[in-house]
Amino acid sequence: MSMVLFLVLAALTIGSALVVVLHRSPVYSALGLVATLALVAMLFLGLDALVVGFLQVIVYAGAIVVLFLFVIMLLNLQVEQEAFSAPLLVVSAMGAGVGLAAIVSVALARSSVVAPPLQAGFGDMEPLAERLFTGYLLPFELTSVLLLVAIVGAVVIGKKKLS
Amino acid sequence: MGIEIAIAAGKVVFLLLLVVLQVVGMGVFFERKVSAVIQDRIGANRASILGFAGLGIINTLVADPVKFLLKEDVVPKGVDHWLHFWAPIMSLLPAMVAFAVIPFGDVVEIGGRTIDLQVAHLDVGVLFILAMAGLGVYGVVLAGWASNNRWSLLGGIRGSAQMISYEIAMGLALVAVVLTYGTLDLQEMVRQQGHLIGGWLPGWGIFYQPIGFIVLLVAGIAESKRIPFDLPESESELVSGYFTEYSGAKHLMFMMADFVEVVLVAALVTTFFFGGWQFPGLDRTGFTVPGGAHVALPSIVVALLQVTAFMVKLIALTLFQIIVRWTLPRFRYDQLMQLGWKGLLPLALANVMLTAGLVLWLGSAPQ
Repeated sequence: MSMVLFLVLAALTIGSALVVVLHRSPVYSALGLVATLALVAMLFLGLDALVVGFLQVIVYAGAIVVLFLFVIMLLNLQVEQEAFSAPLLVVSAMGAGVGLAAIVSVALARSSVVAPPLQAGFGDMEPLAERLFTGYLLPFELTSVLLLVAIVGAVVIGKKKLS
Repeated sequence: MGIEIAIAAGKVVFLLLLVVLQVVGMGVFFERKVSAVIQDRIGANRASILGFAGLGIINTLVADPVKFLLKEDVVPKGVDHWLHFWAPIMSLLPAMVAFAVIPFGDVVEIGGRTIDLQVAHLDVGVLFILAMAGLGVYGVVLAGWASNNRWSLLGGIRGSAQMISYEIAMGLALVAVVLTYGTLDLQEMVRQQGHLIGGWLPGWGIFYQPIGFIVLLVAGIAESKRIPFDLPESESELVSGYFTEYSGAKHLMFMMADFVEVVLVAALVTTFFFGGWQFPGLDRTGFTVPGGAHVALPSIVVALLQVTAFMVKLIALTLFQIIVRWTLPRFRYDQLMQLGWKGLLPLALANVMLTAGLVLWLGSAPQ
């Protein structure tokens, strides 16, 4: 990915992420989240990770945030008076963010690892699937059990009467 | 570099001509004429353009879009202007972009150059289709919310729930299709459908994936939000649902998005189940007449025949969807959800298991 493209995408990503936290209307915040996720997907595409990029769009932008919007519209959430209503939360979140940025930049400055050139077929479905179903089989299957537990839990909570 | 860009631009223009001609010409023509035939009337035949009504329905085809474009764009009080403006665009754009990975022909050789007749050759084409289908819902939801109208809001909420529900069945139907072909690349899928089963039956996907075909077609029609799945718009309850508060060209964009989705579903079903641009006997070198005689044809003629085969299948499936739209009554909302979650989803899941078992048993994807 060219430097110019990266900088433009990164700036847009940060801008839309700021919309998520700073906008007072919950619908616009959700839309900012969609834009952030879509832009991160584009960053993935720029790094030749096609599968991860498109899965990001399908799962997050195409399904999860739609459900966010669905709930926001169903509950008819009102526009908030202020973007931030809990000062302590704001201060601690900002502290955590600055701290994380500092740790990452120090770690990057000290490391001297040069990324190896990409192998042919990097980011395609086949190498990814092979890893998932051989080396990472147990964590992969355990994740699906976790999702199943979440689904069963949602059904139990959603049911009015268990009988 | 320059010629590469020119070729890519040429492919985009060619595809857009195919799609736009489909949408404007066929969509309006079939919708008007087929509905008239089904309802036993003559149909639109007397639009007068500057006093001239001689061409019958052709006049209507010209008059309809012109009328929409010239109408006043009414924006009611209290709408969210920014989202109200962008919602129709967000509704139309993903459906049109999804055509980029649909192969409309094999390769054509012009002046020593081999050109792939597909706008974007993506190894993960199926994922691209699913991603674009997933983004299509935003136009509906945002139009419903931004209009500041209860009918619109209800339509938007119905639309989002419906589209998410049927996307799951659609995705699972595609999983079985991908298992059958062993690839996510749409062009490669079409190439695999070029053989003949037993020497006479074309090796199209529908004969390997009959259940997948039904699930994908039903889920696709539901995604395009037309009768019998038009709960988000249902004019007898919600006026026009999520686009009640739209007029003029913006209203036209929503209608066009519906038509584009119909053609997109037809294109997907053609690609996955009806051999895409394949025609029995036609290959890159020429045409094999039943009986064994081989007629050599130049590459450009073969490509034109393939595009024609693709278009004929596309038009037939579009026509089928229009007939469905004018034949069936609308579902009730709980019936819609039951069909999606209790009918199509288990069927698609069973189909995935069956396909996986067969692929495992036969050693590899059936050829």
